[in-house]
Amino acid sequence: MLTVILIIVKGLITAVLLLAAFGVMTWLERKVLARFQFRPGPNRLGPAGVMQFVADGLKLVFKEEIIPTAADRAIYLLAPFISLTAAIVAFAVIPWGPPLHIFGRTVPMEIGGPDIGILFIFAITALGVYGIILGGWASSNKYSLLGGLRSTAQIISYELAMGLAVTGVLLLAGSTDLNTIIARQYHLWYIVPEILGFIIYVITMVAETNRTPFDLPEAENELVAGYHTEYTGLKWAMYMMAEYINMITVSGLATTLFLGGWHGPWLPPELWFLIKVAAFMYFFIWLRATLPRLRYDRLMAFGWKVLLPVALLNTLATAVWVAVAR
Amino acid sequence: MLSTVVFWIAAVLAVAGAIGVVTLRNPVHTALSLVLTMLSLGVLFLLLHAEFLAVVEVLVYAGAVMVLFLFVVTLLMAGVKPPREEHHLRLAYQTLIAGLFGLILFVLVLHSLVGAGWVGTLAGPQGGSFGTIASFGTALFTRYLLPFELTAVVLLVAVIGVVVLGREQE
Repeated sequence: MLTVILIIVKGLITAVLLLAAFGVMTWLERKVLARFQFRPGPNRLGPAGVMQFVADGLKLVFKEEIIPTAADRAIYLLAPFISLTAAIVAFAVIPWGPPLHIFGRTVPMEIGGPDIGILFIFAITALGVYGIILGGWASSNKYSLLGGLRSTAQIISYELAMGLAVTGVLLLAGSTDLNTIIARQYHLWYIVPEILGFIIYVITMVAETNRTPFDLPEAENELVAGYHTEYTGLKWAMYMMAEYINMITVSGLATTLFLGGWHGPWLPPELWFLIKVAAFMYFFIWLRATLPRLRYDRLMAFGWKVLLPVALLNTLATAVWVAVAR
Repeated sequence: MLSTVVFWIAAVLAVAGAIGVVTLRNPVHTALSLVLTMLSLGVLFLLLHAEFLAVVEVLVYAGAVMVLFLFVVTLLMAGVKPPREEHHLRLAYQTLIAGLFGLILFVLVLHSLVGAGWVGTLAGPQGGSFGTIASFGTALFTRYLLPFELTAVVLLVAVIGVVVLGREQE
């Protein structure tokens, strides 16, 4: 019984932390983007405008809910929940620190640590696509539908390359358990032997989270706002939360797989994890400020004709290396 | 105790989803019902300690196959209304026959399960390496190597076939 309570408490803490991180991220993104574009950004509420996300949140809560008359009501209401739930659940298996020792018990920092941890993340993030395609379809709006379809095609295509990029790390570690993978990187981060896998992973992680330059599903100049065109208030906010929490999850996974997880000298491990994830988040914003959007056919061609073959070769090379080293 | 509760929730949802697949009118709704069934099956696999199978069920079937189904359905359904009642009445005969055959199949499956003594046991083979990714991989690449490779070849043929057939249209 204590185990169940512990899991529930950890789950609540993680969910609240993730949502808080989302709030801070929205402020940080606007601030950093503003710096890139030589303007001050939000600066009215609190020091350096840090309370801006609270104001944004309040505004969205009190906004009028509009449901299109032609919409499929049940699915229209369900879709944002699917996206947000999948985003939060996927983070559950990422260890963001070494196990805690309190009251004579060893408590791991992640909520659940199945030895198939990494596959779990892929399975849950794959479910997140439903939120996007269903939201696009249920809105009964051609732009929404096109955005949803684009997103589905994009995520399915890039998922393959992402999975293959991760396979290299799994081969090197000889395990699918995230804690084991972190432990094996104590002396050498996997970014060194798996640099190619890391590059592929980073490209696909930007595509998987629908961020610039791969934000085709919400390309505003051709599709209004894509799948969430018809969403207002908190439901729209849930899509945004899902996007940012997904960014945190893929960054956390990148940290765990390639950058040694929470390992680091001097500072506490949780802080190291935060620093590494924050670096990826900054990278996301940097990309958004720098790169223009890809054309859709080029995006698909790049995914299938460049990323996938390179990822396959990388997996093959790693497999041969592991076999020879043994 | 807890696993019994989880079992009943997952089992009821799995059956409810399956019923939804054949009774719901809207193709998107039926596809979602199938997703519900697959997710519930994933939970049932977890209860049997078949972790890898559970994740594959969710990852491949719910996460990839059904997403493609939905992709096609939403693409083709755009602006099309679901079939009307009269159309349904013409198929009333079929519903009866299908129901009958379904019942026969159910009785047969139940009979063979009872015969094998598998009814009434909730717990699968516990502990050891059962259901882990390692034991799964070992089985796949030793005992079932030939069927595994043959399946891969069949899939490859299908992929090439799709490409060839798709090309000829141009």
